[in-house]
Amino acid sequence: MSVIILIELNGSEVSASSRAAITAASELSDSVDALVLTRDASNSSSVSQLSGINSVKMIVDDSLDNVNVEVASKLIADVMSDYDYLVAGSSTFSKNILPRVGALLDVQPISDVCEIKSNNTFVRPLYAGNVMATVESSDETIVMTVRSTAFEHSGDGGSASVETISASMPSSSSEFVSLQESESERPELTTAERIVSGGRGLGSKENFVLIEQLADKMDAAVGASRAAVDAGFISNDYQVGQTGKVVAPKLYLAVGISGAIQHLAGMKDSQVIVVINNDPDAPMSRMADLVWQVDLFDALNELNAYQV
Amino acid sequence: MVLFAGFLTNFMPIMKIIIPVKRVLDPYTQARVNKQTQQVDLSNAKMAMNPFCEIAVEEALTLKESGSASETIAVSIGTDKTVDTLRTALAMGVDRAIFIKTDSELDLQPLHVAKILANIVKREEAELVIMGKQAVDNDNNQTGQMLSGLIDYSLGTFISKFDLSADATSVEVCREIDSGIETRKLSLPSIVTVDLRLNEPRYASLPNIMKARSKPMETIELSSLGIDTAPRIKVVSVEESGTKDRASKQINSAEELFSELNQMGVL
Ligand SMILES: Cc1cc2nc3c(=O)[nH]c(=O)nc-3n(C[C@H](O)[C@H](O)[C@H](O)COP(=O)(O)OP(=O)(O)OC[C@H]3O[C@@H](n4cnc5c(N)ncnc54)[C@H](O)[C@@H]3O)c2cc1C
Ligand SMILES: Nc1ncnc2c1ncn2[C@@H]1O[C@H](COP(=O)(O)O)[C@@H](O)[C@H]1O
Repeated sequence: MSVIILIELNGSEVSASSRAAITAASELSDSVDALVLTRDASNSSSVSQLSGINSVKMIVDDSLDNVNVEVASKLIADVMSDYDYLVAGSSTFSKNILPRVGALLDVQPISDVCEIKSNNTFVRPLYAGNVMATVESSDETIVMTVRSTAFEHSGDGGSASVETISASMPSSSSEFVSLQESESERPELTTAERIVSGGRGLGSKENFVLIEQLADKMDAAVGASRAAVDAGFISNDYQVGQTGKVVAPKLYLAVGISGAIQHLAGMKDSQVIVVINNDPDAPMSRMADLVWQVDLFDALNELNAYQV
Repeated sequence: MVLFAGFLTNFMPIMKIIIPVKRVLDPYTQARVNKQTQQVDLSNAKMAMNPFCEIAVEEALTLKESGSASETIAVSIGTDKTVDTLRTALAMGVDRAIFIKTDSELDLQPLHVAKILANIVKREEAELVIMGKQAVDNDNNQTGQMLSGLIDYSLGTFISKFDLSADATSVEVCREIDSGIETRKLSLPSIVTVDLRLNEPRYASLPNIMKARSKPMETIELSSLGIDTAPRIKVVSVEESGTKDRASKQINSAEELFSELNQMGVL
């Protein structure tokens, strides 16, 4: 039983979701390799230091910067002849590529694995996480993504060997044009210990700054509901929920968010949930450990002025 | 001028668009598990077109209306009731529908759906497939990616913007990804999967609902396509895991909030 992990790099750093994938993979096998598609061979160093990795397989080519999915899926499918499992963290990076790899290998991938029951049996969420299904795969090769909130993030401390695989680059029918990244000094949403999240109740982009101020005060990441993103208060990468990011911080503070099932899907496993809402019947309040029923502007002003 | 117009009509777009649509539990309804059958109980449930598929239909209709597409075709795979979803697509404005009829016992997975769609896309020689990024029942987020792999079309997932080039040979898409918005150029033929912010889907107007009844709907028995539908994944059990209510404590001031959070050790 051998496993290869598709590593997602942010710059030269290994993403948190790849670190979760390593932990999941180690439950499947003692032999876990890492696959890196990159333009920059020096990226092998951060990957070889990961603990729990046996060997790092590098495919290096200029065209692998902002890799095209058509190219990546072909390269990965070719590597899979030596492996029984392909594991990656559930991120837009892997969700884009892995199903296409599955199709090339004629296997049915498994999305968002939350628990590994045996070498072919996994637990995954359906219906925005309102149902958990235990599923058994009969495929020879198992391709899966894992939820990064459900597995520990493997740390550093390893010294894996590095091997460069020479692969001929498949032709591509798409090309990268540009990336508009949101810049932020705040903690990253999916790994933050604390999150202050704002919804439609904030009313405007200008008012949403109150959420950012509170986040700074609490050394927290900023999150948002779909309604807040749709209304343009903040960009798409802050959306928490079924179709946004899934988070499980120590503290989730929801301000002016009603608590639709699609939002709860992304944050219900948070350790402590605090709700600020003037509607006592908002579904969000039933999820809360602490509820402050108040006009959110009064609450935010008081919180932002409060001397901790 | 007349001549010029005649010249243009010779270059009428020939691009056909296929829009796979799925019938799912209404997204605002709580899923309930039937403990006996170990399945989600859909017997009396309110069903709807998958919200992402509505957005896909809207985008296809916009392209047709702008003159960039020759025909829009909705395809759905499922049991008899799936026809309702195709009627909705027709009432929204698509030109025709293809219904792939399946046995209710069959547990179709994205690999199967992708193989069926590949068959239809090839048969129709469609250059563009617009579909949902995920079905809100199984939340797989796989079918479009898999279809693109099977037929080797270019792929743009999670798109929030779609711009067809003037010569209709490529499309520029914006993709909603974890770090922000990525722009890519795809050469046609392509598969795109849509995200929520691409557009606001229209409602079917009453006259269009009437008109839809006379639009063509072809029914194909899945068994006639000769596609291997043996399940690759078996659902062993399902369990409701809805949110658990918590014993909420009311607080009334910033001071109280900070002191509670300090006591809980989460600050
Ligand atoms: C397919 C699909 C996928 C979806 N995916 C997601 C997702 O990933 N994430 C997500 O969040 N949503 C998602 N949604 C949308 C979801 O259903 C809700 O529409 C959305 O979460 C609502 O956002 P909201 O709570 O900010 O807005 P609303 O529901 O409008 O709630 C606003 C809240 O603010 C409170 N409020 C207003 N003014 C004040 C005030 N002055 N003081 C105090 N409180 C105030 C109100 O009482 C209310 O509770 C999805 C929907 C669909 C159909
Ligand atoms: N039974 C089906 N019939 C038609 N289209 C489907 C079906 N299942 C999935 N799809 C399409 O695939 C998309 C993604 O679904 P999924 O990969 O299951 O999350 C949906 O939004 C539909 O466009």
